[in-house]
Amino acid sequence: MPTITIDGQKIEAQPGKTIIEAALESGIVIPHFCWHPALSVAGNCRMCLVRVGSYKKAADGSIERDAEGNPVVQWMPKLQIACATPVADGMVVDTQGEKTIAAQNAVMEFLLINHPLDCPICDEAGQCKLQEYAFTHSRGESRFVEEKVHKPKRVRWSDRIVFDGERCIMCSRCIRFANEIAKQPVLTFVERGDHVTIELFEGTEFDSPYSMNVIELCPVGALTSADFRFKARVWDMSFTPSICPGCARGCNINIGVRDNEILRLEPRANPHVNQYWMCDDGRLSQYRWVNTNRTSGAALRHGSELVPASFDEATEVVARALTDRGGMLILSGSITNEDAYVARKLAGAVSGVEVIFVERNDPSFGDDFLRCSDRNANSTGLRTLGIASASWNDVFDRISRVRPDVVYFVGADPFADGHTEWADVLASVPMVVAQVSNRSRLVEVAHVVLPAATYAEIEGTLTNIEGWVQYLQPAVETHETLRINGMKQSRLDKFGAPNDRWTHGERRVCRPHWQLLSGVATAAGHRWNYRTAADVFAELSETVEQFRRMTYEALREYRGIRLGSEPEPVGVVYQSHYMKPQSE
Amino acid sequence: MNVTTNTRAERMSFWEKLYLPEIAKGLALTFKTMFKPKMTRQYPEERWEPLGSYRGRPVLVLEEDGERCVACGLCSRVCPALAIEVQAAETARDKERYPAKFEINMLRCIYCGLCEEVCPEEAIVMSKDYDIVFHSQEEAIFGKDKLLVPIARLQERLEFLRQYK
Repeated sequence: MPTITIDGQKIEAQPGKTIIEAALESGIVIPHFCWHPALSVAGNCRMCLVRVGSYKKAADGSIERDAEGNPVVQWMPKLQIACATPVADGMVVDTQGEKTIAAQNAVMEFLLINHPLDCPICDEAGQCKLQEYAFTHSRGESRFVEEKVHKPKRVRWSDRIVFDGERCIMCSRCIRFANEIAKQPVLTFVERGDHVTIELFEGTEFDSPYSMNVIELCPVGALTSADFRFKARVWDMSFTPSICPGCARGCNINIGVRDNEILRLEPRANPHVNQYWMCDDGRLSQYRWVNTNRTSGAALRHGSELVPASFDEATEVVARALTDRGGMLILSGSITNEDAYVARKLAGAVSGVEVIFVERNDPSFGDDFLRCSDRNANSTGLRTLGIASASWNDVFDRISRVRPDVVYFVGADPFADGHTEWADVLASVPMVVAQVSNRSRLVEVAHVVLPAATYAEIEGTLTNIEGWVQYLQPAVETHETLRINGMKQSRLDKFGAPNDRWTHGERRVCRPHWQLLSGVATAAGHRWNYRTAADVFAELSETVEQFRRMTYEALREYRGIRLGSEPEPVGVVYQSHYMKPQSE
Repeated sequence: MNVTTNTRAERMSFWEKLYLPEIAKGLALTFKTMFKPKMTRQYPEERWEPLGSYRGRPVLVLEEDGERCVACGLCSRVCPALAIEVQAAETARDKERYPAKFEINMLRCIYCGLCEEVCPEEAIVMSKDYDIVFHSQEEAIFGKDKLLVPIARLQERLEFLRQYK
């Protein structure tokens, strides 16, 4: 293996790696804009210029030394770009020296010549790579007094992406992403010199299902999300690592929260699962339902009206009905492993209760990259726990045939999935329990409503389609998890007082499924004593072979552990934007 | 037991202990001041006009075509008392964004002027208003209706900032 010396530090590098990759693997970050580990090398931003050389050798092959005994380095006459220079044995790289810094400063000065000074308007401000390097590699004042070049602004690449030509620094990351990852080659450079800008080919639109990844990929604010545009400043949000529940892939995401409201989702790197990407559908569809139209507070039906009740009253009613008459637990495939484990345990503890989870397959959604046609976030986990699955139609037939006295929906909602024919069959069921997070027709017909917390409000684990068990943590407060220890909060959320209007984000009265289910079990006379999701997971990992030795700490550390396997170290995970508030 | 013999009262002379000369001295000052020119004024009929350097309540600059503010949120970030809340929105104007909501909680504001100092657009400035009255906590939260002030009335402050900022 080639050994190279970066800033006096000896590094073993894989042959064929470039200097920037070798440096990153040992924790040295060389400034760069256009380089990205998942994309091909373009080498056009010139920010990663470094001084490269080798030790000077005497005629006998030994390394020459100067008067003080230090090895003499024969530097290359010009600086090299670290992203396109492969490592070679005995290479010496200088990333901090005077010449290197001077070259990088000069590159920054050129980039800033035509970059508009509109950080106050730009959504990228606070997480911008150009701002990062403007702090470290810039003189702070422009010597350019002439008029800046004007280019098209607010160009719509699709209904999801807005392009600002003036802010663009021509790194070509988005072009390479479109060509290589999204496989929709519609972007190109046009014009020359300082008039270069990026355009779509005529009659095309950049509307690939992964197109919005260019927004995070863009080192500056040239590409912004039409959905998020100007909703909040980066520093006013907290970013909590989480898992997208949109399909069985379980892409790693960051949840951006301000005022207890999710404002955006963005991909988080995980080499095991989603590399650096997520699909637009997940990004746009998986947060609104957490913010709006939620069930809050338990309720019992008296005649035609739902009357608010305490959790204890409601679970008491459910427990009595289940123990007296038995029934059917219909689980959503997106509940956590903890929820499913407690549901299975409840079905085992109360006689005459069967448990089933609902498949949600959408072949039109799946593709050969990240999107899966299985739209349940945790069907692998539920199958591992031995819970049978069926389609909505099969469950419908079974209920029409068996006529259970209690139908207990745990997260599942036939109306939300468009199965309106359920209204009739549910009208004939003596007790319908809706343990759901969002209001729908199911809540209107239910006899007991138990408000459930969403994926953004709970601690737990989800198992993705390839068996990676991944950890979820709360990003949004509920009435019960108010300021729990360690929850990420933005400055405003943290320091607001009751008479500040920004603190009025709604805190719902809801509980995770496992807690509601174990509440039912307690009311039915069982003593399980789960205080946190970690208690449930500890029992789960003891009793289920494939989860053996998993803990929340290990799941966090290794970014997911595969079912039944040993943890795999994840290595150094590349993070493009450093200045941004970090989630981990 | 410690018995002090050197307290101030013990050191005073007979006349000093009597206090009468001191009272006469005080009355002399009072009578002298009665015939000097008056320093007080008949507020609120007679109002004081502060200089441009005065830091009264923060206001937003209103230009002919609308507010100057682009809702960047730096004032809100820098505010040590967390008095300012800004919500941006998109506009068709060249500036792209404007504050859909801009609220200053005047119960929290400490008139430090950091918002003015940090503003990249010179859109929030300290005015000369010093008599700020409200009867409830809700009234103390000033929205855009109370904050926007035509630029003509803020010339003196803007001139001061240009010279000294």
